[in-house]
This record gives sequence, structure tokens and C-alpha cells, in this order.
Amino acid sequence: MFVKKPFVILALLALTSAPAFAQKKPAAKAPAKKAVSGISAATLLQGKSIYTQYCLTCHQADGLGVDGMNPPLAKTDYVLGDKTRLIGVLVNGLKGVDINGEEYHGVMPSQAYLNDQQMADVLTYVRNSFGNKASAVTVSEVKTVRATGKK
Amino acid sequence: MKNSITRPLLLTAALAGSFSLYSLTSKPTVAPDADNAGLKLPAGFGALVVAETGGRARHLAVTPEGNIFVKLNRPKDGKGILELKPTATGKATVSNGFGSYGGTGIYAKGGYLYASSDEDVYRYKLDAKGEVTNPTQPEKIVSGLLNRGEHESKSIVLDNAGNIYVNVGAYSNSCQVKDREKGSMGRPDCPILDSAGGIWQFRADKAGQTYGTGTRYATGLRNVVGLDWNAQNNQLFVMQHGRDQLHDIFPAMYDTKQSAEQPAECLYEITKGANAGWPFLYYNGLTHQKILAPEYGGDGKKLADPKYLEPAAAYPAHMAPDGLLFYTGTMFPAKYRNGAFIAFHGSWNRAPEPQKGYYVVFQPFKNGKPSGQWEVFADNFAGSDAKAAAGRADHKPCGLAQGPDGSLYVSDDKAGTIYRIVYNQK
Repeated sequence: MFVKKPFVILALLALTSAPAFAQKKPAAKAPAKKAVSGISAATLLQGKSIYTQYCLTCHQADGLGVDGMNPPLAKTDYVLGDKTRLIGVLVNGLKGVDINGEEYHGVMPSQAYLNDQQMADVLTYVRNSFGNKASAVTVSEVKTVRATGKK
Repeated sequence: MKNSITRPLLLTAALAGSFSLYSLTSKPTVAPDADNAGLKLPAGFGALVVAETGGRARHLAVTPEGNIFVKLNRPKDGKGILELKPTATGKATVSNGFGSYGGTGIYAKGGYLYASSDEDVYRYKLDAKGEVTNPTQPEKIVSGLLNRGEHESKSIVLDNAGNIYVNVGAYSNSCQVKDREKGSMGRPDCPILDSAGGIWQFRADKAGQTYGTGTRYATGLRNVVGLDWNAQNNQLFVMQHGRDQLHDIFPAMYDTKQSAEQPAECLYEITKGANAGWPFLYYNGLTHQKILAPEYGGDGKKLADPKYLEPAAAYPAHMAPDGLLFYTGTMFPAKYRNGAFIAFHGSWNRAPEPQKGYYVVFQPFKNGKPSGQWEVFADNFAGSDAKAAAGRADHKPCGLAQGPDGSLYVSDDKAGTIYRIVYNQK
């Protein structure tokens, strides 16, 4: 599992409430991966739970998707790049995209039944799993996209 | 796909009073690879890698001369169809390429090679050497078939009366108002069925056909990739890809295990006008019942209207049957003759349960009907059990074809490997 290691690190981070200390600690414990600051273990745990329930069937446990159908979530611009576009995918769904030169035909329905917090958590989780490392998606960012980007 | 040339060829040869072709085709020169191309096979069988095409090899056809034509899902270097010419050892190299379109369907019969894009069907003339004479100017026999990016492949097969059958898959999982969206209900009467979700019949020798000139031969079929004409009872058989995502869409009705295991992949015996019932039902392969779809008022147990076609056989859910071939050769032992080989591409929708498939199955037949339990015939395309369970297969079997000597050819649309399975015991 890709997710375990960063999760353990982040759990350690959460236990140490002083932010300054938290910055030094992971380097010593696990030099391979540095957690993105400001992301709590609770957020990732919540995100993982939502991922398992709603996303895993198509995107798979390893986040690598399904050939020709369901896009991978690991190391793609869609996930790591523009957050507004990424939130928009959850809000509006997506179909027929090219990712890293591969065509994907799967239909992703809108996940608008998730609330703002759930969307922020699952996107933060995805942006920090499967080998990804990127900043958190916040509730206010989700709110903004929902207010302006919804079709 | 299979070509059904062996029989007409023998007939022609007999009529001409010449047995030279026959002696050519029965020459046993092909040796399996030392590792049987990585496959696990029944005793007495061997396999070799014919070629690595490096493309997404969907269906394939073999001419009476042994030339192999492979349809690529996406053109490679501008070529959507590859021709492979085998040497005496069975190994082949790509000798030719043509057809600038991607697609799935390819079939050789009666001196013609038929191939499909995701919208159109083309026909090429084959000469006496099994070479295409008009690679850049095929006849476009059917055009304008629906392609909305879901279940878009158009598989093809011919009967013995000059008709070609084309699958037009439904651009939907279960005809919901919002495709695959949680809780979304089914569209009344499912208007998709007017132009998709079935098999269309066209004339094989006529250019310029469209929906208007074709016949909707069978309906209520969600998506068919593997199909073949059974010469024994002169009938079409198709493998339907069963529905996805019962749990994702109706989590209160189905848990993940039920969602992974219930909606079987079905073999249907088709007669003109048949209706297999999609999207109004799915076939529960565990209880052998036609279940009313939750999108149309089902609760996971209510039975569907019994008027819909009963499957001829059912296989584990989500394994994605992409190739169907009735074996008419004499190379394999007698039990295989007139039985069906089915290429299961492998599942994705069984997660979080382990994935399944990535093998070629043999379904015994008797008098044109499935008879007896199916068995895994060629296994380990995935490379290991762990890779299969994770859905990370090295190879994914897709197309099947029978060679003039009775060899079974298998294409792989993951790595592009072309396999040939032979029987060596006497």
C-alpha cells in the first residue's frame, strides 16, 4: 500500500502539536517522504474513508485506474495541477479525457452528493497518496468552485 | 476474430479436385516456445509468441493462407490494421500496415477482409495469396454507427448467407437519467435502445449502408465485444458484458461483494428479434435468476419479466468477455470441436474484491448448445496470480481466431502480443 507510509508520518505529525517541531521530526523518522505541512492525519483518514467508499471501485486501491477506461490518479496533472479544475471534476463529473497521452473513456458521474468538507478531504487525500504530494484542498476552495463552476 | 474459411476452403479444394492446399495446411511445423509463451495450458498443448506488435491488438483474423490481420484500437504509426506473415516456425513479423482508423472488429471470409472503426465498417478484397489488394481504398459498407465514447467498439461477424452482424453497444451502464450517478433512476423505456444496445444486421457486399438500411437483429444487449456465428446450428452467439456498479449506485441495496459477484457475464444464443432485457434486468449468476434492475424498481430480489431471453450460459461477473470463437478445427482433441473459446479480458469492477479473468475459457457444446461446465483453457496472461488479483495484468486476452491448421490465435490489447496455441500430442 502506498498510503500507509505517509499516513504514519502524518499521524506522528498530528501527535506533535508544535508546528516547528513537526517540521524537523519527519526528516529524522522517514527521510523518504516529507509530509506537506498543514495537512492533518484526521483529514487524510477522512479522505481515505471517502475514497474507499466512493472512488476505489473505478480508480482502484492503488490509484492507478483502469486501462482505457478510468484515469489514474497517481502523478497526473489533473490531480496535482489546477485545484479549481480538480474540484470541478468532482462537482460536474468528467468523461473522455487524455491523460499523459492515454485516452480514457470511462464515465465519471458528478459526486455532488458529497459535502464541501468531504470533497476537500478526499481531494487532499488523493493529492497526498499513490506517490502524490501536493497542497491540501480547502473547504473554502470547494465552496468557491461550487458557487461559480457548477453547470 | 475467427475466420470461417477452413470449411469453404476444404469444399473448394474438394470441388476443384485438388488436395494441394489441404496438404499445405496440415503440415505440422510449428513448435511452441520453451515456456509456452508464459501461458498455463492443458496437457498436450503448447503456445508460442507469434509476434509483439506493440499496439493495442483488439480482434484478429487469419486467412486460409495463414496471414494474420490484427485490428489495433488506436493506429500505430498511422496504421490501424497490421498484417503479419508467419514463417515456417510460426514466428511472424509485421509485414504490412494500412487503415488509418482505430477500432476493434476484424473478420475474414469469402475472399474479403472486413474491419471496423468505432463508427464504420469497411471491406477489403483479398487475393489468392491472402493479401489485401485495395489497402487504401476499401469499400465503406456501413457508416454512421453511434459512438458516444462508452462501449464504443464495433465487433463484427458474418453468417453463411452474406450478412454481417455489428454490435452497437449502449453508451450507458444501466440507462440511468445520469449515467453511473448514485441513485439516478432508469430512463423510461430506455430510448438508447433505438440506436444502440443491440446487434445490427447488414449486407456484407453492399456499400453505403446506414441504420436506415440495416436491421436491428437483437436488442437489450448492453455491450457485446465477443461474438461468433455457430455453423453447426447456423446461429449467432454473443457474449454480453454485464452491468457495473450495483453497489456504487445503490449502496443500500448491494454491498461490495454482491456488486462484485452477482451481475454475470452471459452467453446468449440469438435469433432474429431476440431481446436480452438490458437495462431492465441483470442476470444473477449465483442464483441463476433474471433480476429486475434497481434503476427500474428492483430491490435486489424481485424478478424481471420472464419474457426476456434466458442466457445460454453464465460466467463470473465483470470478467469482460472480449472474444468468442467456435472451434471447428481438427488439430485439437475431439472434445473441443464445435465448442466455444471465450477470451476474458479481465475485470476492474470487482474492487475491493480481487479482480478476475485474464484467461481464455473453453465452454463445451453439444448439438449447438452449451453442455457441461466451462473450464479455464489458457491461463496466466496476467503473469502471476497477484497481478491478476490487483488488476495489473501483463497481458489482456481480447481477440480469438482459428488458423487454417486449427491453431488458436489470441491477441492481447495490453502489451500487443499475438499468441498461437497448438496441440502436439497424437
